[in-house]
Amino acid sequence: MKLLAAMSGGVDSAVAAARAAEAGHDVTGIHLALSRNPASYRSGARGCCTIEDANDARRAADVIGIPFYVWDLSDRFHEDVVEDFMDEYAAGRTPNPCLRCNEKIKFAAVLDRALGLGFDAVATGHYAQLRTGADGLIEMHRAVDDGKDQSYVLGVLDQDQLRHALFPLGGSTKAAVRAEAAERGLLVADKPDSHDICFVANGDTPGWLREKLGDRAPNRGGAILDESGAELGTHTGTYGFTIGQRKGLRLGRPAPDGKPRFVLDIEPVSGTVTVGPRERLAVRRLSGIRPRWCGSPPARLEGTVQLRAHGDEHRAVVTVTGESVEVELLDPAYGIAPGQAAVIYEGTRVVGSATIASTERVS
Amino acid sequence: MQERTVYLDHAATTPMVPAAVEAMTAHLLDVGNPSSLHASGRHARRVVEESRETIARALGCRPGEVVFTSGGTEADNLAIKGIHWARLAEDPRRTRILATAIEHHAVLDPLDWLRDSEGVDVELLPVDDKGRLVVDALREAVERDPASVSLISVMWANNEVGTLQPVEDVVAIAAEHGIPVHTDAIQAIGAVPVDFAASGVDALSLTAHKLGGPYGVGALIVRREVVVTPLVHGGGQERDIRSGTIDTPAIAGFAAAVELAVKHQPEHAARVGALRDDLVRRVIEVVPDAHLHGGALDPTGAHRLPGNAHLGFPGCEGDSLLMLLDARGIETSTGSACSAGVPQPSHVLLAMGRDAEAARHSLRFSLGHTSTQADVDAVVEAIGPCVERARAAKR
Repeated sequence: MKLLAAMSGGVDSAVAAARAAEAGHDVTGIHLALSRNPASYRSGARGCCTIEDANDARRAADVIGIPFYVWDLSDRFHEDVVEDFMDEYAAGRTPNPCLRCNEKIKFAAVLDRALGLGFDAVATGHYAQLRTGADGLIEMHRAVDDGKDQSYVLGVLDQDQLRHALFPLGGSTKAAVRAEAAERGLLVADKPDSHDICFVANGDTPGWLREKLGDRAPNRGGAILDESGAELGTHTGTYGFTIGQRKGLRLGRPAPDGKPRFVLDIEPVSGTVTVGPRERLAVRRLSGIRPRWCGSPPARLEGTVQLRAHGDEHRAVVTVTGESVEVELLDPAYGIAPGQAAVIYEGTRVVGSATIASTERVS
Repeated sequence: MQERTVYLDHAATTPMVPAAVEAMTAHLLDVGNPSSLHASGRHARRVVEESRETIARALGCRPGEVVFTSGGTEADNLAIKGIHWARLAEDPRRTRILATAIEHHAVLDPLDWLRDSEGVDVELLPVDDKGRLVVDALREAVERDPASVSLISVMWANNEVGTLQPVEDVVAIAAEHGIPVHTDAIQAIGAVPVDFAASGVDALSLTAHKLGGPYGVGALIVRREVVVTPLVHGGGQERDIRSGTIDTPAIAGFAAAVELAVKHQPEHAARVGALRDDLVRRVIEVVPDAHLHGGALDPTGAHRLPGNAHLGFPGCEGDSLLMLLDARGIETSTGSACSAGVPQPSHVLLAMGRDAEAARHSLRFSLGHTSTQADVDAVVEAIGPCVERARAAKR
């Protein structure tokens, strides 16, 4: 196959590209330039958008012996990922830009361009496994390495995207990948993993939002209330909060019962943030919109859902009616933020995903 | 991999000519710092001075006007900063520098730096849709306040679209007010006739690796009367303007390359120009909506570098086209500056009035001394399918 390997400059995508080349594919490496102004993005080894990262990717391609180019996706990335990220926070939701990037950039803008240029598929360093099912459809399963599994952020890919995707690392552990990188002489073998949002340079998302939202911020402050409506403190903008957040509330008075308080509700229009005890976060049902299915959509499914990256699996009954997805949780889940994705699994297989629109609390 | 490389990026760098390799390697094992006083030093010094004389003879300047540098970028920096600082020291009113909007980054970036860090009033002058300086705009800018102009810098020929600049007119305007003129002639030497004294410019940059010499060596030719403040301080080896131990072997190779490039310039321009014309004509036959940027094809070579074919392919990303051609062994350039490999729309095409979209669908083919008819044929054969593919990728 003619493969396009997306190379971030990190160890995973480098090994993925090396494995694809070694398997006999005709591999071309590309690095995605996601900002016109790389200095504004995270520096050092923590992101994937810096000059050093582009150079690391280039050096890895040299070692593997494949051609390498940089593709400028900065406009698309800004429109589809960064703008969406800001809109979602402004609306009081908590988006996951990595899913968005996989859906709109890596397996859409990049994949479309690759197919147009005559490539057969895009290979990435994601930890997830692809298999062909009995019905001939491509199935995506969780990775062998539980700690690294990235099927959650890939849960937005449809069958067409999966048919043109390759994840050479899904069957390996991270430790094995690092060891292999060292063996292959890839200098990125010891590079730390990236975790945070690549376009928030210092990891301070509220600070970044404060600066970037400008006039789009729904408010510049308001009250923090308890459930009875008593004011406990003030804040500098609802966009700085996420449901289930505990840290950084800066409440002067402790709760009467001495227990920690969590963000229960964010109301951008009135600028109100409501806090309360953890048990009030318990969610038993949630509604999802914008579903994405890896294969054909189920009508009703008893399986599990994952509600945030690296989050737990929750047993659930999922009912699908057209574009609407209802999830009934068999055990309550805590700190579930609208805007995050609910990724639906049957065993290790990803069935699909939906964006959480609303949740119903255990009353 | 492909059997043969079709190298069409001579404007980026061109292979060394055998005479330059020979001249350079002949001295690699020689010991002797040209600044040393003993016999070995004197021998090295002799090689350097003979090289200086060779270059001076080829370019119409005096040997003492050749200041060796590490290449074109250093020569441009030395001219811009060095002449500006010296002129400003003479008269504090001289706070403006005029240059075209299509200069190479080796000129534009020092200008940006001078503006940002020293408050220099940098005026970038417009070009027409062919990429040629609008002379009236220069005249207006000078005459608005001639006493405040420290320096004018206008390149001899543009590196992206190949358009020759009206250096003669620039010199005439500058001369009326005694303003020094620098020209970046890095793309021009060996491609078009260049005579330093006859041109009337005060300073001229060139580099070896664009004309068949080695990397890492170049020169600023600067008239004896022009005072230049040094950028690099040390032993003062080059006229006290530029310090650093002189690279004897590289300079020998540089001189051999300049001598040959200038000597063969007329035949070279005619041969390469004919190949270029053939390439442009036949590419447009295959891709009818492709269009040439810059000056029209002209056999006299008075308006355009003979080796330059800068073409726009509507509906394509230049990057995609470059990659598809590269996969077939055809090496070209999007002609855009890359910082961190992030392609920016070409400032040259933007200055010529093209929009960012047009600036991104362009590709530069630059032919040179090793280019052949077979290279042109290979491009003509590949361009149709590659453009089709690149267009499919953009939809």
